[in-house]
Amino acid sequence: MNRRTFFKTGAAAAGGLMVGFYLPERSKLAADTPGGTTASTLPRLNAYVRVGTDDSVTLTIHRAELGQGSVTALSMLLAEELECDWSKVNTEFAPVDPANYGVFGSKTLQGVFGSLSIRTSWQPLRKAGATAREMLVTAAAQQWGVDRSQCRAENNSVVNTATNARLSYGSLAEAASKVTPPTNAAVKDFTKFRLIGTSPKRLDTKLKVTGKAQYGIDIRVPGMQYASLERCPVFGGKVVSFDASQAKAVPGVKNVVQISNGVAVLADNTWSAMQGRRALKVKWNEGPMANTSSATLHKMFADLLEKPGAVALNNGDAAATLSTAAKKIEALYEAPYLSHAPMEPHSCVVSVKPDSCEIWAGTQIPSEGVEAAEKITGLPTDKIQVHTYYLGGSFGRPGPHVDEAIEIAKAAGVPVKLTWSREDDMQHDLYRPASLTKFAAGLDAQGWPVAWHSRIASPTFTGLKDGVDRSGVDGIASVLYSIPNMHVEYHPPEAGIPVGYWRSVGCSQNTFFAECFIDEMAAAGGKDPVELRRRLLDKAPRLLAVLNLAAEKSGWGKPLAAGRFRGVAVVNNLGGFNAQVAEVSVDKGKYQVHRVVCAVDCGQVVNPAGVVQQIQGGIVFGLSALKGGITIDRGRVQQGNFDGYQVLRIQEMPVIEVHLVPSHETPAGIGEASTPPIGPAVANAIFAATGKRIRRLPIRPEDLA
Amino acid sequence: MPAITFGLNGKQQTVDVVPQMPLLWVLRDTLGLTGTKFGCGMALCGACTVHLNGEAIRSCSTPVSAAAGKNVTTIEGLSSDGNHPVQRAWLESDVPQCGYCQSGQIMAAAALLAKNKQPSDSDIDEVMRGNICRCGTYQDIRHAIHRAAEMQGGAK
Repeated sequence: MNRRTFFKTGAAAAGGLMVGFYLPERSKLAADTPGGTTASTLPRLNAYVRVGTDDSVTLTIHRAELGQGSVTALSMLLAEELECDWSKVNTEFAPVDPANYGVFGSKTLQGVFGSLSIRTSWQPLRKAGATAREMLVTAAAQQWGVDRSQCRAENNSVVNTATNARLSYGSLAEAASKVTPPTNAAVKDFTKFRLIGTSPKRLDTKLKVTGKAQYGIDIRVPGMQYASLERCPVFGGKVVSFDASQAKAVPGVKNVVQISNGVAVLADNTWSAMQGRRALKVKWNEGPMANTSSATLHKMFADLLEKPGAVALNNGDAAATLSTAAKKIEALYEAPYLSHAPMEPHSCVVSVKPDSCEIWAGTQIPSEGVEAAEKITGLPTDKIQVHTYYLGGSFGRPGPHVDEAIEIAKAAGVPVKLTWSREDDMQHDLYRPASLTKFAAGLDAQGWPVAWHSRIASPTFTGLKDGVDRSGVDGIASVLYSIPNMHVEYHPPEAGIPVGYWRSVGCSQNTFFAECFIDEMAAAGGKDPVELRRRLLDKAPRLLAVLNLAAEKSGWGKPLAAGRFRGVAVVNNLGGFNAQVAEVSVDKGKYQVHRVVCAVDCGQVVNPAGVVQQIQGGIVFGLSALKGGITIDRGRVQQGNFDGYQVLRIQEMPVIEVHLVPSHETPAGIGEASTPPIGPAVANAIFAATGKRIRRLPIRPEDLA
Repeated sequence: MPAITFGLNGKQQTVDVVPQMPLLWVLRDTLGLTGTKFGCGMALCGACTVHLNGEAIRSCSTPVSAAAGKNVTTIEGLSSDGNHPVQRAWLESDVPQCGYCQSGQIMAAAALLAKNKQPSDSDIDEVMRGNICRCGTYQDIRHAIHRAAEMQGGAK
């Protein structure tokens, strides 16, 4: 392997040219990687480009596809530099397969999260494409006996510029595999982009409109039994004893096994397993959470807010300024736990044999499956294989389903497919944390904000540094407003409800609070909400630019149809900038969002159509967060399905207009960019309509009366 | 258990299963037609939508016995190669994101267009409100249904 370039090149097993390279997997941005890493921290290869003798170009990626279109966009980065014929580009999901790839140790985390796919792959994928291209050009030059400078790559071929002769990549692939790779193949300047910035068709649509795309839940292996797992309805509860006699009498039921967190019924189809599970009698030790309810949690959070928390941000002297401010306002905001509720419930197929373990799953983080299998089966990593498939949504949700399926398969001694019911999915999720947050602001005599004070109580899941979970304060401590005295404190309540990443993470609730509260400041100071933000964003030109664009395109300040009102909100997250104006009407305890104008600066856009899809999807996700909430009673989640947990449906869908700011800055994450501002934009429009503030989610009919 | 026979994507199919077993699980587990998806099990989300004698039904809540002697069409049988107007319109608009709900969306839209050649936005809402998409493709779905109506009209 060439350590300077991070590439390994050579002949592909199936014939042709292979270039292996490394795509950063977590928070390290691509720009950090190629130059500054030493041999001791050299990452292992995890992505491959193969140019086949049949002229095909195949990108093999260790990335899950969960709907964000990353497969298409990543392929575009490669094809741009490799000068591919787009119709000849194929992609494969790489199996997590140490035997073949030798890439994953047990400490390696691999998957898709934090909207990093394009951000982290931007440089290395283009470099890999450029490296392969240069090798093909060299091979052609050698074949023609001419200087490389006389050759140019174009449309899956190398062209001899003097004679116009062409050699296809397929015909050059073998020879290219023997060429010494260039140490630093140049990537294009943006003025030369021919594919990046365009919207070729997604590569996966045909499969998805014909029912042929394979998701984790679709996998079937020979001899497999179908499992349904009864878990304690109370978080943390354990099995005391169980009686399986009636479950075993259900037609189709084959076996009942106990695992660490419950009792699994195995059958010859999913439905029989679910029926058998209903017939189980399990005695639980419900544990310490059995007396927890939403009311006790609210009190726990509220009690914490009485005391100072760990300091997340302190600029100037907010407390002193507040005490002398011409006007002071205070507000308490609350957001509930939220479930991810992707359309595909968790599912996993596992086969455990004495000398091997195979896992088939749609998962955001396949390498966690390797770790789980190592722990549960005791097998070494090179005997564990994970096959990944399409995910039916995910939105940040990992899950214990892989661990559970491994345990069940090990106990049952046959291949097992574990399928979660919708109720399992909603009641045993890792939830978006609830939050209770207290705000105070001081205004000067002219009504401009001079102090901002926030105290957040919200459970942590990423860990604390100096008492603060940075993602738990993101969206409040990260606002770009020029307010001279800013103070943000944080408390992590030990609530006992499992929590985790959820599309847009801390900003999902904190931006709601912050952008509603800044609107409160505007109202208290007698300022227009856009005008106030404009003044306070004097040091944030990119955010100011999207605010101005959204205001202009929405007709901010101009008359609206009778009964309609506007609200605005902005966010900066994941390196990007987003402003939204929502047009809303309120009638008889109901609100309807009619139109959303969204302005986005996400740096260089790779695939505009893909970005627009993600913006629309993120807005729908944020609109759903105004409707749904997870509540707790006696340690149990009270919602189980889409009747109790409301999500947006088509009749509530607003018209969404997306305006992209042209930019050649490094691409920002886009999958989570638009979720945070929609909620506050709608709530601020509701205030414009009713004069009432929405300070507690979900929005209830009585909040609109 | 008495065998149950029904038409499935143009062929006669006999299954030997418990009559109360939902059609969804017969399709997916017994017959291996996994294009029809499990989403909620309570007819709340529409992911399992198939056609029974041309009507859109939720297969998760329809016992297989209800299909006896009738014709079932799934996404696998909607067209021979993804060339139904709804599928072509979906392809043209690149509607799917994760794609998981799309079999159900497409089957619901195809049943709508079979009855209503030129559905209005509110006609679309009335039928498609039963199909949840968490990726938020609703705007593209609405657009694609109008396109499919045009394509279908052109094919007359």
